[in-house]
Amino acid sequence: MKRLLEASGAVLFAAGLLLLWQILAERELISPVFFPSPSRTLGELWHQVVQGLIWAPLVATGYRMFCGWALASLAGAAVGAAIGLSRAAREYLEPLLEFLRPLPASAVVPVAILFLGFSNAMTIAVIAFGAIWPVLLGSLHGFVSIEPQLADVAAALKLTRAQAFAKIAVPNALPDILAGARVGLAISLILAVVTEMQASQTGLGQNILLAQRSFRSPELYAGVVTLGIVGFAINHAIVVLERRLLRWRGAPA
Amino acid sequence: MRRILRGAAIPVAILLLWESGSRAGLLPMDTLSRPSDVAAAFAHALADGSIPLATWQTVQAALLGFAIAAATGVLAGVILGLSPVLERTVGPSIEALRPVPAVALTPLTLLLFGFGLRMEAAIVAFACVWPVLLVTVAAVRGIEPRLLEVAQALRLSFPSRLRKIILPAALGRVLVGLRVALSISLIVAVTVEIVMNPRGLGYGMIVASQSLKPDLMYAQLLWLGFLGWGLNAMLTRVFGRWHGAFGPGVQP
Repeated sequence: MKRLLEASGAVLFAAGLLLLWQILAERELISPVFFPSPSRTLGELWHQVVQGLIWAPLVATGYRMFCGWALASLAGAAVGAAIGLSRAAREYLEPLLEFLRPLPASAVVPVAILFLGFSNAMTIAVIAFGAIWPVLLGSLHGFVSIEPQLADVAAALKLTRAQAFAKIAVPNALPDILAGARVGLAISLILAVVTEMQASQTGLGQNILLAQRSFRSPELYAGVVTLGIVGFAINHAIVVLERRLLRWRGAPA
Repeated sequence: MRRILRGAAIPVAILLLWESGSRAGLLPMDTLSRPSDVAAAFAHALADGSIPLATWQTVQAALLGFAIAAATGVLAGVILGLSPVLERTVGPSIEALRPVPAVALTPLTLLLFGFGLRMEAAIVAFACVWPVLLVTVAAVRGIEPRLLEVAQALRLSFPSRLRKIILPAALGRVLVGLRVALSISLIVAVTVEIVMNPRGLGYGMIVASQSLKPDLMYAQLLWLGFLGWGLNAMLTRVFGRWHGAFGPGVQP
């Protein structure tokens, strides 16, 4: 009962905000050019969905995002494992990684344009570069932090190196890898939007930019809302995936 | 010493291979300019003041946005942290805004503010406010209840309760959020410049790339990498051993 009351309070608050916005925009107390009323934004969004205009850019953005992210996750997990399992590799590579990691991923956009032009490959390369770090570092951490007791168990059971890797190291690193992949997915969405805006490729990001250039603000807001929904959906999807893959761990720590 | 040597081995080898490969004519000069040319371009851009100016523009926008985000995030976080009812009412509306990628707002801020410092700082602030807000709410909620009871017993007014009890007790964890926000701020500022704002290092790289001056572009990229690395190293050093006013024991 109390929870129901609280939930309805939250809904009422959100609805009140939107209603206030609606009234202010209709009375033109705030400029409808900059802040179009929520009903116009939702109308535009509904129009795009009904007319099927939203799907092509959504698929284009999603496709590039997913390719870059998948590439980054696989490469990041593999490289992280390779570095994590070898002390020498760590000593040789860690300083370089420390330098590359804080580099803003969008800063490689000009470099990628120089090499690959305004192409899908350029976008995917940029996304992969940006999204690889959280996965790589997560994987590295996961493979380094194997409990000594587990290593003893592997020795006692006389596991071969391959068996120890598959049965002990990978399950140990998986939570870290997945956590990294989740951060990487959010980065992928941001970078997909960045490259679309900078390199004018069709997609949700470019739609927002074009809407702004022609002052079609309901369309602009509709685009932002769509991106927000996409951001929410992908985050939610990977949380579900994490729960399934890590079911053996029991309750989340 | 051995660690430094090993860490430097691969970067130095890459640079040497790159330079010699380029001199032997094996690498395309229009995309991979020589390290020596990059160094020359960097020295030149440093001397003529273009890199210092661009750096200042980027850092200025990052810091302004960060400051706005820090002030808003801490204030809102303290209020929401102290009142669970309010947090449950307002929280979902805030959660709905959070997944919006900050760069998606660049066209909107351009419409509102035009090109320049203000639009860039606004986007930096939007991106940076989330870590500060979430960490502050959690930190305030985690304050030892006895401290708040003391404040009540002493009949402290809200401002002095805030200043004497809440902020010092929450500081250790809030700083973690601020640290994350600060490293995000530089990245977002550069991103906004790359996407559209004609100022700062990000824009400088785009211009260098489009006017086919790869040496200048790489010089700025490396400089940016150095800035990010320096910022992170500094933050680790400063915040690494900081634990709020009541010591680490009070924080859960």
